Amino acid sequence: MIKSELVQIVGARNPHLYHRDVENIVNAILDEISDALAEGNRVELRGFGAFSVKNRPSRSGRNPRTGETVFVDEKWVPFFKTGKELRERLNPDQRVE
Amino acid sequence: MSGNTVTRADLAEAVFRKVGLSRSESASLVEMVIEEICNAIVRGESVKLSSFATFQVRDKTERVGRNPKTGEEVPISPRRVMTFKASNVLKQKVLDAHRDRLGPLDETRAAE
Repeated sequence: MIKSELVQIVGARNPHLYHRDVENIVNAILDEISDALAEGNRVELRGFGAFSVKNRPSRSGRNPRTGETVFVDEKWVPFFKTGKELRERLNPDQRVE
Repeated sequence: MSGNTVTRADLAEAVFRKVGLSRSESASLVEMVIEEICNAIVRGESVKLSSFATFQVRDKTERVGRNPKTGEEVPISPRRVMTFKASNVLKQKVLDAHRDRLGPLDETRAAE
């Protein structure tokens, strides 16, 4: 499913809304999550999961081709942890810890 | 890190502010969007939201795990897991914002 298909599905459930509105709604949601992560905040959506930012400290890496040591600067990366409910829906026949 | 937690209520507020629907309709649309993303994932579809992220479902085969407390070996049953891959746009945005706010690496933070 790509974004335009998501817009279509949500639009079909809301025939009173313009296609444009639904597009704006989906974008407003995704932008709000992105902005929160940029600010270093967590986004917790029960039933789905939680978005957060993880810090990866600087390290000395190695160029695998030349074997040369290179300094890798510290970075911050977006992270997502799947929520319990979604994990259980993905595996209906077993109890997932 | 500021450490605030954003929830459904904040997303609904953003929809209310930016799109101009009522507060209650904004909340119900946030719910529907999350629900339809989850439904697609549960159907086994990958969900690609351009300039945001991709969610993918992977099948894991059975493997042997170990209880870290007792050292006991236990089989981990085959299962479906979801993977999240942030788009380059999102990764860059998060990185730039943190670098701007926290500045270049310095010894005080390196020592943390």
